Amino acid sequence: MDSEKQVLFAGFGGQGVLSMGKFLTYAAMGAGKNVSWLPAYGAEMRGGTANCLVTIADDEISSPLTEHPGMAIIMNRPSLDRFEGKIKKNGTLVINSSLVDRLPQREDLNVFQMPVNQIADEMGSPKGANMLLLGACLQKTGVVTVEQALEHFGIIFKGKKESIIEKNREAFLAGVQYAKENW
Amino acid sequence: MKIVAQRPESLTPAKFHYCPGCTHGIIHRLVAECIDELNMRENTIGICPVGCSVLAYDYFNFDMLEAAHGRAPAIATGIKRILPDRCVFTYQGDGDLASIGMAEIVHASARGEKITVIFVNNAVYGMTGGQMAPTTLLGQVTTTSPYGRKVEETGYPIRMAELLAINEGSAYISRMSVNNPANVTKTKKSIKKALQTQMKGLGFSMVEILSTCPTNWGLGPMDALKWLEENMIPYYPLGEFKVKEAL
Amino acid sequence: MKKVLMKGNEAIAEGALTAGCIAFFGYPITPSSEIAEYMARKFPLLGGTFVQAESELAAISMVYGGASTGFRVMTATSGPGISLKSEGISFLAEAELPCLIVNISRGGPGLGGIQPAQSDYWQATRGGGHGDFQIIVLAPSSVQEMLDFAMEAFDLADKYRIPVMVMAEGTLGQMMEPVIPREKVTQFIGKPWAINGCKDRKPNIVNTLHLSPEFLEERNHVLGDKYKVIKANEQRAETYWTEDADLVVVAFGLMSRIVKKAVMEVRKRGHKVGLIRPITLWPFPVEHIKKAAETAKMFLSVEISMGQMVDDVRLAVNGKAPVEFYGRIGMIPSPEEIADQIIKLAEREGF
Repeated sequence: MDSEKQVLFAGFGGQGVLSMGKFLTYAAMGAGKNVSWLPAYGAEMRGGTANCLVTIADDEISSPLTEHPGMAIIMNRPSLDRFEGKIKKNGTLVINSSLVDRLPQREDLNVFQMPVNQIADEMGSPKGANMLLLGACLQKTGVVTVEQALEHFGIIFKGKKESIIEKNREAFLAGVQYAKENW
Repeated sequence: MKIVAQRPESLTPAKFHYCPGCTHGIIHRLVAECIDELNMRENTIGICPVGCSVLAYDYFNFDMLEAAHGRAPAIATGIKRILPDRCVFTYQGDGDLASIGMAEIVHASARGEKITVIFVNNAVYGMTGGQMAPTTLLGQVTTTSPYGRKVEETGYPIRMAELLAINEGSAYISRMSVNNPANVTKTKKSIKKALQTQMKGLGFSMVEILSTCPTNWGLGPMDALKWLEENMIPYYPLGEFKVKEAL
Repeated sequence: MKKVLMKGNEAIAEGALTAGCIAFFGYPITPSSEIAEYMARKFPLLGGTFVQAESELAAISMVYGGASTGFRVMTATSGPGISLKSEGISFLAEAELPCLIVNISRGGPGLGGIQPAQSDYWQATRGGGHGDFQIIVLAPSSVQEMLDFAMEAFDLADKYRIPVMVMAEGTLGQMMEPVIPREKVTQFIGKPWAINGCKDRKPNIVNTLHLSPEFLEERNHVLGDKYKVIKANEQRAETYWTEDADLVVVAFGLMSRIVKKAVMEVRKRGHKVGLIRPITLWPFPVEHIKKAAETAKMFLSVEISMGQMVDDVRLAVNGKAPVEFYGRIGMIPSPEEIADQIIKLAEREGF
């Protein structure tokens, strides 16, 4: 079950958690990989927490589901409480430290932290928080390369205003830069 | 020799199965005559209900469909939306239309479906043997209101024409009766108007027709006509309740 | 064609459009509503018909009317909606009207929950409504198959004049995967039975009422004979590693992919395990199971239910081997969980 990479995105509804997952899905598809995007749906969608699981593989994806994702992108404290224990042994945990006020308890995980909301606010781009973290993650982990993701920006944000696409690109690149400097 | 009367082309030669004195036969003929006169036989699709007229597909000489109980207006919607230039009508009784099919008729009217509904109201479930209908009159004895329909148990008979006339989607709504020759003539005119309303694309159309059920009312044919006149017409007034201006 | 990222529900709608479906009649229900929403967006632009019906009863009746015109029409809902639609499905089956019915399944009974489930298996494969009838039921396992099976469903429906259901777990409706779009279907078989006005022909009648006992029996034989032909010709399944398998796991839908992953893992650990994935739930792939039962020592049906398909597995195995069951409801068993179950069984039996 190792050839598949599974990334969990979790946070509050409205933090752009599902969009982060979709972004990665598009980027992976563009990179010629097999990919699936699986949201927690229904009542969970309306307020409260949101999460989705992205599975990326070179071969056919056998299961778009897992109990134990190899990597988790955690946007708020309740999501850390809920998912910390589920991440695969020696997996990767990425935390938005602006909204998570504790450290992870597990010692086997590779942990990366970033005060995402703080940086986004400083950039004057509070809505770009999710792209910041995603940029940092891809830079660090290479699940999909930064270049591949940038290539597909236009497709992913198809139909959106050019200025919005540009803002997202800026946030994404700032995230890439942050990872280079801090992680 | 000059032909003064003959079977309309829109009726098959099959013999009606209806009881002696039942007015379904008259209403079938009126519908068929109107469709002939409008020259629409080859362009018409009829939908019969569950009830005494369940076998109407044997009598009408054009494409017919037999519906589940109460669902005729929804089925008509499915057909008309796909074949908008066809003449689509449903033929329904009071149990079918005003009880189990209440949602379908109200929404077809509200959506302004360009279909025509021939609603035969004889104040009783005929085919199942004379049970209380939503249009059964207060005090009327049926097999499920054996002591007479009581307000405190079953509420009031529903006036469908008035109810559907409220809907904006309704373009033509009337209530007619076939209890005497003059009213039969008026009913025919009204059916034609309803069909024309549909073909002009004005919206939903329905003609409610007060009808007799001598068998389940326990009356002879002449007494049944008299009962209709004395009991039904006072509660179910005749007339046109909605005529969209463009008509 | 170039791959497009799509939600399962959108893929099924797109598949229907590609197959030439011109009308959708439905009523909103989670987790199927995206199908209706997709059609509501598309049909006004394409010149087709979208009607949000007042009820599930009305929606299936609109399908009945629409299908009787000979055009390709569909509806989509979830389990509680299929319960209400059962009336119309029985009528469609007897009137032999082709159409597509989609069940994006959730857990029951009653209102249950919107979590994915396979507990409408009996409802789908036993006809669901009153009377002796069957409908063809296809169970996709990927978003690509959601699109492909919607198309296949219309072909089977027309070929056999039968309603065809595509049934998928809610998860499959909600998840996204890249999908290869297909060529639009433009050729259809003739339907001389359609009601569309009797110009230059005798009137057609669509009817399910048969008051003569002899004719009623005759009609049931006509349907029964048709079902025999479908059973003989249309059983479909995928099989993996069954040739040498001591234990054959049977699973359908998205569940089968998860099971496949578990089976692969268990094989790596040296246990001889195989998988049969029924694609047609009706007709059930009896032949595939029978063949596996010649050598397999045990079967295991894994379902997101309390155990429904396991009945059909037992009938097909016909006493040749024991048939075990493992299921969850409300949640999907993970590959790890299933692998544990398989290993437990294998160790118990010494495979």
